[in-house]
Amino acid sequence: MEAIIADSQKGEAWSGGGNRPYGASYGKMMMWFFIMSDALTFLGFLGAYGFIRFSFIDSWPIADQVFTHIPFVHGVFPMYYVAFMTFVLIFSSVTMVLAVDAGKQMNQGKVIFYLGLTVIGGLIFLGSQAWEWKTFINGSYGAVELIDGKIVQFVDNTGKQISLESFASSTHSDRVQQTKNNGIWFEHEASLPQVTLEQVKEGFASHSDIYLRTELINLETKQKTIVSREDANILLSKSVKVVQGANLKENEYGKTLFADLFFFITGFHGFHVTSGILINIIILINVILGVYQRRGHYEMVEKVGLYWHFVDLVWVFVFTFFYLI
Amino acid sequence: MSHTESHVGLIWRVFAFLSVITVLEVFLGITKPDILHLTPLLGTSVLNWVFLLLTLVKAYGIAWYFMHLKDEKTWFRRSIVWPVVFLISYLTFFLLYEGQAVYEIGHEWTRWTY
Repeated sequence: MEAIIADSQKGEAWSGGGNRPYGASYGKMMMWFFIMSDALTFLGFLGAYGFIRFSFIDSWPIADQVFTHIPFVHGVFPMYYVAFMTFVLIFSSVTMVLAVDAGKQMNQGKVIFYLGLTVIGGLIFLGSQAWEWKTFINGSYGAVELIDGKIVQFVDNTGKQISLESFASSTHSDRVQQTKNNGIWFEHEASLPQVTLEQVKEGFASHSDIYLRTELINLETKQKTIVSREDANILLSKSVKVVQGANLKENEYGKTLFADLFFFITGFHGFHVTSGILINIIILINVILGVYQRRGHYEMVEKVGLYWHFVDLVWVFVFTFFYLI
Repeated sequence: MSHTESHVGLIWRVFAFLSVITVLEVFLGITKPDILHLTPLLGTSVLNWVFLLLTLVKAYGIAWYFMHLKDEKTWFRRSIVWPVVFLISYLTFFLLYEGQAVYEIGHEWTRWTY
Protein backbone atom coordinates (compact mmCIF):
# COMPACT_ATOMS: atom_id res chain seq x y z
CA MET A 1 0.00 0.00 0.00
CA GLU A 2 2.77 2.34 0.83
CA ALA A 3 3.81 2.61 -2.78
CA ILE A 4 0.59 4.26 -3.95
CA ILE A 5 0.02 6.67 -1.06
CA ALA A 6 1.88 9.95 -1.37
CA ASP A 7 3.85 10.53 1.78
CA SER A 8 3.90 14.24 2.53
CA GLN A 9 6.43 13.72 5.33
CA LYS A 10 8.97 12.61 2.77
CA GLY A 11 8.26 15.75 0.77
CA GLU A 12 6.98 13.69 -2.14
CA ALA A 13 3.31 14.67 -2.13
CA TRP A 14 3.67 16.15 -5.62
CA SER A 15 5.88 13.49 -7.05
CA GLY A 16 3.49 10.56 -7.31
CA GLY A 17 5.06 8.93 -4.28
CA GLY A 18 8.33 8.57 -6.14
CA ASN A 19 6.83 6.29 -8.81
CA ARG A 20 8.55 6.38 -12.18
CA PRO A 21 6.10 5.06 -14.78
CA TYR A 22 7.86 4.43 -18.10
CA GLY A 23 11.10 5.32 -16.35
CA ALA A 24 10.20 9.02 -16.40
CA SER A 25 10.05 11.09 -13.24
CA TYR A 26 6.80 12.80 -12.23
CA GLY A 27 8.13 16.25 -13.17
CA LYS A 28 9.33 15.23 -16.59
CA MET A 29 6.13 13.40 -17.40
CA MET A 30 3.99 16.37 -16.37
CA MET A 31 6.20 18.69 -18.44
CA TRP A 32 5.52 16.45 -21.41
CA PHE A 33 1.77 16.49 -20.77
CA PHE A 34 1.85 20.27 -20.43
CA ILE A 35 3.72 20.48 -23.74
CA MET A 36 1.06 18.29 -25.37
CA SER A 37 -1.74 20.57 -24.21
CA ASP A 38 0.22 23.65 -25.23
CA ALA A 39 0.83 22.12 -28.65
CA LEU A 40 -2.93 21.73 -29.03
CA THR A 41 -3.43 25.40 -28.09
CA PHE A 42 -1.06 26.38 -30.88
CA LEU A 43 -2.91 23.94 -33.11
CA GLY A 44 -6.05 25.98 -32.39
CA PHE A 45 -4.33 29.19 -33.47
CA LEU A 46 -2.60 27.79 -36.53
CA GLY A 47 -5.74 25.84 -37.45
CA ALA A 48 -7.73 29.07 -37.34
CA TYR A 49 -5.08 30.63 -39.57
CA GLY A 50 -5.43 27.75 -42.05
CA PHE A 51 -9.21 27.98 -42.03
CA ILE A 52 -9.26 31.73 -42.65
CA ARG A 53 -6.52 31.56 -45.23
CA PHE A 54 -8.34 28.87 -47.20
CA SER A 55 -11.52 30.95 -46.93
CA PHE A 56 -9.71 33.84 -48.65
CA ILE A 57 -7.36 31.77 -50.78
CA ASP A 58 -7.70 34.20 -53.74
CA SER A 59 -7.03 37.39 -51.77
CA TRP A 60 -4.66 36.58 -48.90
CA PRO A 61 -1.52 38.77 -48.56
CA ILE A 62 1.67 37.27 -50.04
CA ALA A 63 4.25 37.00 -47.23
CA ASP A 64 7.14 37.87 -49.57
CA GLN A 65 5.54 41.28 -50.12
CA VAL A 66 4.89 41.89 -46.42
CA PHE A 67 8.09 40.97 -44.55
CA THR A 68 10.76 42.56 -46.71
CA HIS A 69 12.96 44.49 -44.32
CA ILE A 70 16.19 43.91 -42.44
CA PRO A 71 17.51 46.30 -39.78
CA PHE A 72 19.81 49.19 -40.75
CA VAL A 73 19.61 48.41 -44.48
CA HIS A 74 17.25 49.87 -47.05
CA GLY A 75 15.81 47.81 -49.85
CA VAL A 76 13.63 44.78 -50.39
CA PHE A 77 14.95 41.59 -48.78
CA PRO A 78 12.15 39.08 -48.37
CA MET A 79 12.57 36.50 -45.62
CA TYR A 80 16.26 36.99 -44.76
CA TYR A 81 15.60 38.48 -41.35
CA VAL A 82 13.07 35.88 -40.27
CA ALA A 83 15.50 33.20 -41.47
CA PHE A 84 18.09 34.76 -39.17
CA MET A 85 15.58 34.64 -36.29
CA THR A 86 14.94 30.96 -37.00
CA PHE A 87 18.68 30.29 -36.86
CA VAL A 88 19.02 32.12 -33.56
CA LEU A 89 16.25 30.02 -32.03
CA ILE A 90 17.59 26.73 -33.38
CA PHE A 91 21.05 27.64 -32.14
CA SER A 92 19.71 28.47 -28.67
CA SER A 93 18.06 25.05 -28.75
CA VAL A 94 21.48 23.53 -29.46
CA THR A 95 23.10 25.35 -26.53
CA MET A 96 20.19 24.20 -24.35
CA VAL A 97 20.68 20.57 -25.25
CA LEU A 98 24.44 20.99 -24.69
CA ALA A 99 23.62 22.34 -21.21
CA VAL A 100 21.47 19.27 -20.54
CA ASP A 101 24.29 17.07 -21.79
CA ALA A 102 26.81 18.86 -19.54
CA GLY A 103 24.38 18.41 -16.64
CA LYS A 104 24.43 14.66 -17.17
CA GLN A 105 28.23 14.83 -16.78
CA MET A 106 27.73 16.90 -13.56
CA ASN A 107 29.86 19.62 -15.15
CA GLN A 108 28.57 22.76 -13.43
CA GLY A 109 30.80 25.22 -15.33
CA LYS A 110 29.67 23.99 -18.72
CA VAL A 111 25.99 24.04 -17.71
CA ILE A 112 26.35 27.69 -16.66
CA PHE A 113 28.11 28.56 -19.94
CA TYR A 114 25.58 26.87 -22.23
CA LEU A 115 22.48 27.90 -20.25
CA GLY A 116 23.77 31.49 -20.28
CA LEU A 117 24.18 31.30 -24.08
CA THR A 118 20.62 29.98 -24.32
CA VAL A 119 19.29 32.99 -22.40
CA ILE A 120 21.23 35.35 -24.68
CA GLY A 121 19.90 33.59 -27.78
CA GLY A 122 16.36 33.94 -26.45
CA LEU A 123 16.86 37.64 -25.81
CA ILE A 124 18.20 38.18 -29.35
CA PHE A 125 15.16 36.38 -30.76
CA LEU A 126 12.77 38.41 -28.64
CA GLY A 127 14.43 41.68 -29.67
CA SER A 128 14.20 40.62 -33.32
CA GLN A 129 10.54 39.87 -32.93
CA ALA A 130 9.93 43.27 -31.35
CA TRP A 131 11.68 44.86 -34.33
CA GLU A 132 9.58 42.74 -36.71
CA TRP A 133 6.41 43.94 -34.98
CA LYS A 134 7.52 47.57 -35.10
CA THR A 135 8.25 47.33 -38.83
CA PHE A 136 4.92 45.65 -39.49
CA ILE A 137 2.97 48.19 -37.40
CA ASN A 138 4.64 51.19 -39.06
CA GLY A 139 4.17 49.75 -42.54
CA SER A 140 6.26 50.37 -45.61
CA TYR A 141 4.33 51.74 -48.60
CA GLY A 142 0.87 52.76 -47.47
CA ALA A 143 -2.33 51.81 -49.25
CA VAL A 144 -5.89 52.96 -49.85
CA GLU A 145 -8.96 51.30 -48.40
CA LEU A 146 -12.15 51.00 -50.45
CA ILE A 147 -15.72 51.39 -49.27
CA ASP A 148 -16.10 47.63 -48.60
CA GLY A 149 -12.79 47.28 -46.77
CA LYS A 150 -10.67 46.05 -49.68
CA ILE A 151 -7.11 47.33 -49.92
CA VAL A 152 -5.54 48.65 -53.11
CA GLN A 153 -1.82 49.30 -53.43
CA PHE A 154 0.17 51.31 -55.97
CA VAL A 155 2.82 49.94 -58.31
CA ASP A 156 5.02 51.46 -61.00
CA ASN A 157 5.06 50.23 -64.60
CA THR A 158 7.44 47.38 -63.73
CA GLY A 159 4.99 46.04 -61.13
CA LYS A 160 7.15 47.13 -58.18
CA GLN A 161 5.20 48.58 -55.26
CA ILE A 162 5.74 52.29 -54.54
CA SER A 163 4.97 54.35 -51.48
CA LEU A 164 2.16 56.87 -51.32
CA GLU A 165 4.57 59.69 -50.45
CA SER A 166 6.52 59.12 -53.67
CA PHE A 167 3.69 60.27 -55.92
CA ALA A 168 1.01 62.01 -53.82
CA SER A 169 0.53 65.68 -54.66
CA SER A 170 1.67 68.17 -52.07
CA THR A 171 -1.42 70.37 -52.07
CA HIS A 172 -2.19 72.12 -48.85
CA SER A 173 -4.65 70.36 -46.60
CA ASP A 174 -7.06 72.14 -44.27
CA ARG A 175 -7.60 69.04 -42.17
CA VAL A 176 -6.12 69.63 -38.72
CA GLN A 177 -5.53 67.19 -35.92
CA GLN A 178 -8.47 67.28 -33.49
CA THR A 179 -7.68 67.83 -29.84
CA LYS A 180 -9.71 67.22 -26.75
CA ASN A 181 -10.21 70.88 -25.86
CA ASN A 182 -12.15 71.72 -29.04
CA GLY A 183 -14.89 69.08 -28.95
CA ILE A 184 -17.69 68.28 -26.54
CA TRP A 185 -17.92 64.51 -27.03
CA PHE A 186 -14.48 64.12 -28.55
CA GLU A 187 -12.07 61.78 -26.77
CA HIS A 188 -9.18 61.14 -29.13
CA GLU A 189 -8.29 60.39 -32.73
CA ALA A 190 -5.42 58.57 -34.37
CA SER A 191 -2.69 60.83 -35.72
CA LEU A 192 -3.42 62.07 -39.24
CA PRO A 193 -1.82 60.12 -42.11
CA GLN A 194 1.17 61.76 -43.77
CA VAL A 195 -0.75 62.04 -47.00
CA THR A 196 -4.48 62.53 -47.43
CA LEU A 197 -6.78 60.61 -49.73
CA GLU A 198 -7.23 63.70 -51.91
CA GLN A 199 -3.48 64.05 -52.37
CA VAL A 200 -3.21 60.38 -53.36
CA LYS A 201 -6.02 60.75 -55.90
CA GLU A 202 -4.46 63.89 -57.40
CA GLY A 203 -1.05 62.27 -57.52
CA PHE A 204 -2.47 59.21 -59.23
CA ALA A 205 -4.25 61.36 -61.84
CA SER A 206 -1.09 63.30 -62.63
CA HIS A 207 1.26 60.28 -62.94
CA SER A 208 0.20 58.14 -65.90
CA ASP A 209 2.86 55.47 -65.23
CA ILE A 210 1.37 54.39 -61.89
CA TYR A 211 -0.98 51.43 -61.67
CA LEU A 212 -3.24 49.95 -59.05
CA ARG A 213 -2.78 46.50 -57.53
CA THR A 214 -5.78 44.81 -55.94
CA GLU A 215 -5.78 42.00 -53.39
CA LEU A 216 -7.13 39.52 -55.94
CA ILE A 217 -4.63 36.74 -56.65
CA ASN A 218 -4.52 35.16 -60.09
CA LEU A 219 -4.56 31.51 -59.02
CA GLU A 220 -2.73 30.49 -62.24
CA THR A 221 0.29 32.77 -61.80
CA LYS A 222 0.03 33.28 -57.98
CA GLN A 223 0.42 37.04 -58.50
CA LYS A 224 -1.76 39.91 -57.32
CA THR A 225 -3.87 41.49 -60.06
CA ILE A 226 -2.79 44.84 -61.51
CA VAL A 227 -5.75 46.65 -63.07
CA SER A 228 -5.91 49.11 -65.97
CA ARG A 229 -5.92 52.88 -65.44
CA GLU A 230 -9.65 53.09 -66.27
CA ASP A 231 -10.59 50.41 -63.72
CA ALA A 232 -8.22 52.03 -61.25
CA ASN A 233 -10.10 55.32 -61.48
CA ILE A 234 -13.40 53.54 -60.78
CA LEU A 235 -11.85 51.77 -57.79
CA LEU A 236 -10.35 55.02 -56.47
CA SER A 237 -13.75 56.70 -56.68
CA LYS A 238 -14.89 54.13 -54.10
CA SER A 239 -12.00 54.78 -51.74
CA VAL A 240 -12.60 55.94 -48.19
CA LYS A 241 -9.24 56.40 -46.50
CA VAL A 242 -5.47 56.07 -46.54
CA VAL A 243 -4.06 53.15 -44.55
CA GLN A 244 -0.49 53.31 -43.24
CA GLY A 245 0.89 50.27 -41.45
CA ALA A 246 -0.98 47.47 -39.78
CA ASN A 247 -2.88 46.99 -36.54
CA LEU A 248 -5.92 45.09 -35.29
CA LYS A 249 -8.31 47.36 -37.22
CA GLU A 250 -6.61 47.96 -40.56
CA ASN A 251 -3.74 46.55 -42.57
CA GLU A 252 -2.06 48.16 -45.55
CA TYR A 253 -0.85 44.77 -46.77
CA GLY A 254 -4.35 43.39 -47.30
CA LYS A 255 -6.78 41.48 -45.11
CA THR A 256 -7.05 42.83 -41.57
CA LEU A 257 -7.39 39.22 -40.42
CA PHE A 258 -3.82 38.64 -41.58
CA ALA A 259 -2.61 41.32 -39.17
CA ASP A 260 -4.87 40.02 -36.37
CA LEU A 261 -3.57 36.46 -36.74
CA PHE A 262 0.01 37.67 -37.06
CA PHE A 263 -0.23 39.57 -33.79
CA PHE A 264 -2.04 36.78 -31.95
CA ILE A 265 0.12 33.89 -33.11
CA THR A 266 3.57 35.50 -33.05
CA GLY A 267 2.53 37.34 -29.88
CA PHE A 268 1.47 34.13 -28.16
CA HIS A 269 4.71 32.53 -29.25
CA GLY A 270 6.71 35.57 -28.12
CA PHE A 271 4.99 35.30 -24.74
CA HIS A 272 6.20 31.70 -24.54
CA VAL A 273 9.73 32.83 -25.39
CA THR A 274 9.51 35.50 -22.67
CA SER A 275 8.41 33.04 -20.00
CA GLY A 276 11.01 30.55 -21.27
CA ILE A 277 13.77 33.13 -20.81
CA LEU A 278 12.52 33.92 -17.29
CA ILE A 279 12.42 30.23 -16.33
CA ASN A 280 15.88 29.71 -17.83
CA ILE A 281 17.23 32.63 -15.81
CA ILE A 282 15.75 31.22 -12.59
CA ILE A 283 17.27 27.82 -13.28
CA LEU A 284 20.57 29.45 -14.26
CA ILE A 285 20.69 31.19 -10.87
CA ASN A 286 20.04 27.83 -9.19
CA VAL A 287 22.84 26.25 -11.21
CA ILE A 288 25.24 29.03 -10.24
CA LEU A 289 24.26 28.62 -6.58
CA GLY A 290 25.05 24.91 -6.90
CA VAL A 291 21.55 23.68 -6.02
CA TYR A 292 21.61 20.83 -8.55
CA GLN A 293 25.22 19.94 -7.83
CA ARG A 294 24.14 19.28 -4.20
CA ARG A 295 20.95 17.51 -5.32
CA GLY A 296 23.09 15.12 -7.32
CA HIS A 297 21.36 15.51 -10.67
CA TYR A 298 20.48 18.22 -13.21
CA GLU A 299 17.03 16.96 -14.15
CA MET A 300 15.58 20.44 -13.61
CA VAL A 301 17.73 21.72 -16.48
CA GLU A 302 16.38 18.89 -18.61
CA LYS A 303 12.78 19.86 -17.78
CA VAL A 304 13.14 23.54 -18.63
CA GLY A 305 15.10 22.37 -21.67
CA LEU A 306 12.03 20.45 -22.83
CA TYR A 307 9.98 23.64 -22.61
CA TRP A 308 12.61 25.65 -24.47
CA HIS A 309 12.84 23.07 -27.27
CA PHE A 310 9.06 23.14 -27.52
CA VAL A 311 9.15 26.91 -28.06
CA ASP A 312 11.66 26.29 -30.86
CA LEU A 313 9.46 23.52 -32.28
CA VAL A 314 6.44 25.83 -32.43
CA TRP A 315 8.49 28.51 -34.16
CA VAL A 316 9.44 26.00 -36.87
CA PHE A 317 5.73 25.66 -37.66
CA VAL A 318 4.93 29.38 -37.34
CA PHE A 319 7.84 30.11 -39.71
CA THR A 320 6.50 27.64 -42.26
CA PHE A 321 2.87 28.69 -42.18
CA PHE A 322 3.32 32.45 -41.86
CA TYR A 323 6.38 33.09 -43.99
CA LEU A 324 6.92 30.20 -46.40
CA ILE A 325 3.59 28.73 -47.45
CA MET B 1 22.58 9.17 -10.88
CA SER B 2 25.32 7.58 -12.90
CA HIS B 3 27.31 9.57 -15.40
CA THR B 4 26.19 8.87 -18.92
CA GLU B 5 28.20 9.23 -22.08
CA SER B 6 28.22 12.58 -23.83
CA HIS B 7 26.27 13.13 -27.06
CA VAL B 8 28.00 16.34 -28.11
CA GLY B 9 29.01 15.02 -31.54
CA LEU B 10 25.47 13.87 -32.30
CA ILE B 11 24.02 17.21 -31.17
CA TRP B 12 26.23 19.18 -33.58
CA ARG B 13 25.39 16.80 -36.42
CA VAL B 14 21.66 17.32 -35.78
CA PHE B 15 22.23 21.07 -35.71
CA ALA B 16 24.03 20.92 -39.07
CA PHE B 17 21.17 18.86 -40.48
CA LEU B 18 18.50 21.32 -39.22
CA SER B 19 20.52 24.27 -40.57
CA VAL B 20 20.80 22.72 -44.02
CA ILE B 21 17.04 22.16 -44.11
CA THR B 22 16.37 25.76 -43.00
CA VAL B 23 18.71 27.13 -45.69
CA LEU B 24 16.93 24.96 -48.27
CA GLU B 25 13.54 26.23 -47.09
CA VAL B 26 14.61 29.86 -47.26
CA PHE B 27 16.20 29.34 -50.69
CA LEU B 28 12.99 27.78 -52.02
CA GLY B 29 10.91 30.49 -50.31
CA ILE B 30 12.84 33.30 -52.00
CA THR B 31 13.27 31.80 -55.47
CA LYS B 32 9.88 30.02 -55.58
CA PRO B 33 10.69 27.92 -58.67
CA ASP B 34 7.68 28.01 -61.01
CA ILE B 35 7.78 24.27 -61.59
CA LEU B 36 7.09 23.67 -57.89
CA HIS B 37 5.15 26.84 -57.11
CA LEU B 38 2.63 26.68 -59.96
CA THR B 39 2.05 22.92 -60.08
CA PRO B 40 -1.02 22.01 -58.03
CA LEU B 41 -1.05 18.86 -55.93
CA LEU B 42 -3.77 17.72 -53.53
CA GLY B 43 -5.35 21.12 -52.93
CA THR B 44 -2.18 23.23 -52.83
CA SER B 45 1.10 23.62 -54.72
CA VAL B 46 3.94 21.09 -54.81
CA LEU B 47 6.13 23.75 -53.18
CA ASN B 48 3.84 23.92 -50.14
CA TRP B 49 4.01 20.14 -49.75
CA VAL B 50 7.81 20.37 -49.91
CA PHE B 51 7.75 23.02 -47.16
CA LEU B 52 5.41 20.89 -45.05
CA LEU B 53 7.59 17.82 -45.46
CA LEU B 54 10.79 19.71 -44.58
CA THR B 55 9.02 21.20 -41.53
CA LEU B 56 7.97 17.78 -40.30
CA VAL B 57 11.54 16.51 -40.75
CA LYS B 58 12.78 19.46 -38.67
CA ALA B 59 10.14 18.82 -36.01
CA TYR B 60 11.25 15.17 -35.91
CA GLY B 61 14.87 16.22 -35.45
CA ILE B 62 14.03 18.57 -32.60
CA ALA B 63 11.64 16.21 -30.80
CA TRP B 64 13.69 13.02 -31.19
CA TYR B 65 17.22 14.33 -30.61
CA PHE B 66 16.92 17.65 -28.72
CA MET B 67 13.95 16.65 -26.56
CA HIS B 68 15.38 13.13 -26.20
CA LEU B 69 12.18 11.36 -27.24
CA LYS B 70 14.50 8.81 -28.87
CA ASP B 71 15.84 7.84 -25.43
CA GLU B 72 12.43 7.51 -23.78
CA LYS B 73 10.65 4.20 -23.33
CA THR B 74 8.76 3.22 -26.48
CA TRP B 75 5.26 3.51 -25.05
CA PHE B 76 6.01 6.76 -23.21
CA ARG B 77 7.08 8.21 -26.55
CA ARG B 78 3.98 6.87 -28.25
CA SER B 79 1.66 8.16 -25.51
CA ILE B 80 3.00 11.64 -26.31
CA VAL B 81 3.33 11.52 -30.09
CA TRP B 82 0.28 9.54 -31.19
CA PRO B 83 -2.47 11.66 -29.53
CA VAL B 84 -0.89 14.90 -30.74
CA VAL B 85 -0.41 13.64 -34.30
CA PHE B 86 -3.96 12.27 -34.38
CA LEU B 87 -5.59 15.46 -33.04
CA ILE B 88 -3.52 17.71 -35.33
CA SER B 89 -4.43 15.66 -38.41
CA TYR B 90 -8.09 15.52 -37.38
CA LEU B 91 -8.61 19.21 -36.66
CA THR B 92 -6.45 20.40 -39.56
CA PHE B 93 -8.31 18.25 -42.07
CA PHE B 94 -11.74 19.53 -41.08
CA LEU B 95 -10.70 23.17 -40.70
CA LEU B 96 -8.98 23.29 -44.09
CA TYR B 97 -11.84 21.39 -45.74
CA GLU B 98 -14.36 23.83 -44.26
CA GLY B 99 -12.19 26.80 -45.20
CA GLN B 100 -12.19 25.61 -48.81
CA ALA B 101 -16.01 25.28 -48.67
CA VAL B 102 -16.37 28.79 -47.27
CA TYR B 103 -14.18 30.07 -50.10
CA GLU B 104 -16.26 28.32 -52.76
CA ILE B 105 -19.47 29.80 -51.36
CA GLY B 106 -18.11 33.26 -50.68
CA HIS B 107 -15.84 34.17 -53.58
CA GLU B 108 -18.68 34.28 -56.13
CA TRP B 109 -20.22 37.09 -54.12
CA THR B 110 -17.04 39.11 -53.76
CA ARG B 111 -16.92 41.99 -56.23
CA TRP B 112 -13.59 43.06 -57.67
CA THR B 113 -15.05 45.67 -60.03
CA TYR B 114 -17.53 48.41 -59.23
